[in-house]
Amino acid sequence: MSKSSPRKRAETHLKGALRRMQTDKGALAGTGIIVILIFLAALGRFITPYDPNEQNYDEMLLPPSLSHPLGTDQYGRDIATRIIYGCRYALLIGVAVVGIHFVVGVSLGLLAGYYGGYVETIIMRLVDVMLAIPSVVLAVAIAGFLGGGIQNVIIAVGAIGWRAYTRLVRAEVLSAKEQVFVEAARAIGCGDLRIILRHIMPYTMAPVIAYTSLGIATAILWSAALSFLGMGAQPPTPEWGAMLADGREYMQDGWWIATFPGVAIMVTVLGFNFFGDALRNALDPKTEKRI
Amino acid sequence: MPPVLEIADLKVFFYTDYGVVKAVDGVRFHLNAGETLGLVGESGCGKSVTAMAVLGLVRYPGRIVAGEIIYHQNAKKVRLSGLDPKGREIRSIRGNDIAMIFQEPMTSLNPVFTVGYQIMEAIILHQRLNRRQAREAAISMLAKVGIPLPEQRVDEYPHQLSGGMRQRAMIAMALSCRPSILIADEPTTALDVTIQAQVLELMMNLKAEFQTSIIMITHDLGVIAGIADRVVVMYLGKVVEEAGVREIFYNTKHPYTQGLMNSVPSVRGKIRDLKPIPGVVPDAFALPTGCSFQPRCSQVSKMCRTEAPPLTEVGPNHWVACWLHS
Amino acid sequence: MGRYLARRLLMLLPVLLIVTVLISSLVYMSPGDPVRVMLGLRANEEAVAKIRAELGLDRPVYIRYLKWLASTVKGDLGRSLQRNEPVTEMIADSLPYSVQLAFFALVVAVVLAIPAGVISATRVNTWIDNFLSFWSLFWVSMPGFWVAILGLLIFSMHLGWFPVSGQGGPIWTLQGLSYIILPGLILGFRQVAVIMRLIRASMLEILSADYTRTARSNGLAERVVIYKHALRNAMIPTVTIFGLQIPEFLSMSVIIETVFAWPGMGRMLVDAVLKRDYTLVQGIVLVYAVLVVLINLLVDILYIYIDPRIKQE
Repeated sequence: MSKSSPRKRAETHLKGALRRMQTDKGALAGTGIIVILIFLAALGRFITPYDPNEQNYDEMLLPPSLSHPLGTDQYGRDIATRIIYGCRYALLIGVAVVGIHFVVGVSLGLLAGYYGGYVETIIMRLVDVMLAIPSVVLAVAIAGFLGGGIQNVIIAVGAIGWRAYTRLVRAEVLSAKEQVFVEAARAIGCGDLRIILRHIMPYTMAPVIAYTSLGIATAILWSAALSFLGMGAQPPTPEWGAMLADGREYMQDGWWIATFPGVAIMVTVLGFNFFGDALRNALDPKTEKRI
Repeated sequence: MPPVLEIADLKVFFYTDYGVVKAVDGVRFHLNAGETLGLVGESGCGKSVTAMAVLGLVRYPGRIVAGEIIYHQNAKKVRLSGLDPKGREIRSIRGNDIAMIFQEPMTSLNPVFTVGYQIMEAIILHQRLNRRQAREAAISMLAKVGIPLPEQRVDEYPHQLSGGMRQRAMIAMALSCRPSILIADEPTTALDVTIQAQVLELMMNLKAEFQTSIIMITHDLGVIAGIADRVVVMYLGKVVEEAGVREIFYNTKHPYTQGLMNSVPSVRGKIRDLKPIPGVVPDAFALPTGCSFQPRCSQVSKMCRTEAPPLTEVGPNHWVACWLHS
Repeated sequence: MGRYLARRLLMLLPVLLIVTVLISSLVYMSPGDPVRVMLGLRANEEAVAKIRAELGLDRPVYIRYLKWLASTVKGDLGRSLQRNEPVTEMIADSLPYSVQLAFFALVVAVVLAIPAGVISATRVNTWIDNFLSFWSLFWVSMPGFWVAILGLLIFSMHLGWFPVSGQGGPIWTLQGLSYIILPGLILGFRQVAVIMRLIRASMLEILSADYTRTARSNGLAERVVIYKHALRNAMIPTVTIFGLQIPEFLSMSVIIETVFAWPGMGRMLVDAVLKRDYTLVQGIVLVYAVLVVLINLLVDILYIYIDPRIKQE
């Protein structure tokens, strides 16, 4: 096994991964979608002349046209505009949720893997419990009890997905503990916290980073579902799931109402999935598709 | 002795994304009834591909592009190379007339079926036996290959058997339909030395009992010296030398065969007498011009670099493809 | 086998116990007073206090938990705050519908996914493999609720092939069947995508395995090699990973039930949450957890049957 420092190892590893990703079509598509998403979230309001929430009863339920490329909804709001403003919510929720997953999941995984014993038993039992409740069931219960709103969606979805990180990190820590550099760090008298954060954590990050992108996709999907069920972002917030819920009764009057917010969710999820898959393949050449 | 199998000018090419690999490139040899033919060469020289071609089991992207493989089924000649590889005819020959044993006993048996079931499957397929008779036949085959408690072992799964036992079970499976040809692809390479000897002895005994001809594929010259009647040496998809076993050991002609001999340690020799063949097997995509062995040959001449030598008879039944001998 | 089963069942108890603690603390921590939700904004303080006492909500939280746990063990999940009916009965009424839908979807999934995965693996990189791979990527990436809405819009509203939503009697009657087909197919297709990818990946590996070569060299027909020797092995990793997928499958069924107004447990859960019917929510979440652990146990037992290497332990 490698005796070089974990950080150096991670660096050369990442460089190789980056090189591999440049030749991957999926990575290209994923990156493209994510860049467009960030661009729309940041500069969306300069692109569209409409207000996402202004109701206009002269322009209700208009089909897609030049002035309203994706049509208008039952209150005469421009759907394209609302979708563009929705990018922000999607990104915000996705990143915040994965942030929670990352912090909770990675720290629990580090603790479980490093200390072992009863700490590990308790943490892994907790993971078992989280595995026993279907994620949407738990998220619905949490979001519902906390009441609606973006913030509560983030908490609810944040509460359910961290277990994957814990498992991933714990397994990596177990293998890291066997490495020479950890022994060396202990031999020169590093404290536990320093060993965990400076020596073990970098070692475990490669699979976690790849998983993060896939996690954002799942988080966006779940939170849109919660909003759709009426437990997340509330109308008139231009969040995609809420838009679908809001327009459900009118979808017979105009197919575009229920179609385009869904397309937005799908494209976003595909983008992060493509990117995450490519990243995983690049970071771990072993899992590359065989022909 | 009449031949049971004749291979003439066989070419098997693999069409990959990176180019064409000529795994077998004009191989020609025959197997006589009742003999043991040793097929020798370094790994990657096309021995196994030749064997798979005989059974019509060359896998995509490989293809038999030219040549004849003729099997003498009693008095009938069957052109194996012309049969549909998924068709009924070739399948009735596989496992029945021509059977095969593979190198890896640990992975060559299906883990989810019992050993007995896998043997019975071949028996029921090729012989008119019902399940009970097939089971009896499987048990007696297991007993024949020296597996203790065969009535019990027949219902066990491969993971419950040791490597040596699994290889014995493979032999039992291969011989269960009394094939006229047995192709053994490095059957002892993965086994412990003591077990190697036992398995080889078993094969030789059963060969006599079942009157089977054997093609023994190996890179182990010790095995060849012990059991083969005749030897075919292959290098990079071509036959470079063919002769009786005594002839090839005592009157070696081809520099490659000599190289193989010199790289085997002998009991009386010293380590410094060992002379490994210099260089490595060349890249399959960029074969050398002329004789394919010329980059590693110590006796190379100008001719070798431009033209491939033909296989010519230099003594009674001794064939060599080398410019030194023609 | 019996002892193994008993041991496994015993091991489930602590997990379920923590689940109950988790659900109860969730209820405890949630803002808002369910009694006020029940009685409306203008209820007077006396009435509120009376109902609180009736429901035992004025006692300390751990007493409430222990009492709930004690009656739960006896099979009594309390009364719905909204409908004042026994939760156990309400769940018993809706569970069969959920099972029907899930079972229908699973049958669809298995019947379609196995041949699709095998065809994909035996014809790697042909148009049909590419088509099936694209199809499965599509189903995995599509938001489930959106597909459900589009399905409803296209097949029920525009084309009128199926009833719009709800449930129409026993599934073995033509009418009952017409109601379950669309939600069942949509729920099933997603699983087809998941299972198909698993089977394709493991078949690819197995078709070039040594024992597959042995089977071919014995003269077995390609059909037998693929569907008996290879598929049996491919089922091992497939069943394992599918077991891990069970919670996701149930999650999706909650959403599909809600969109199609299917009178199952999932839809009742969403309803109960929106109406802050805590006892009902507690009961349903617990039943979902029990379902997941029991199905996982079933998968493990199935695993013993398909992988002989497991038996030894």
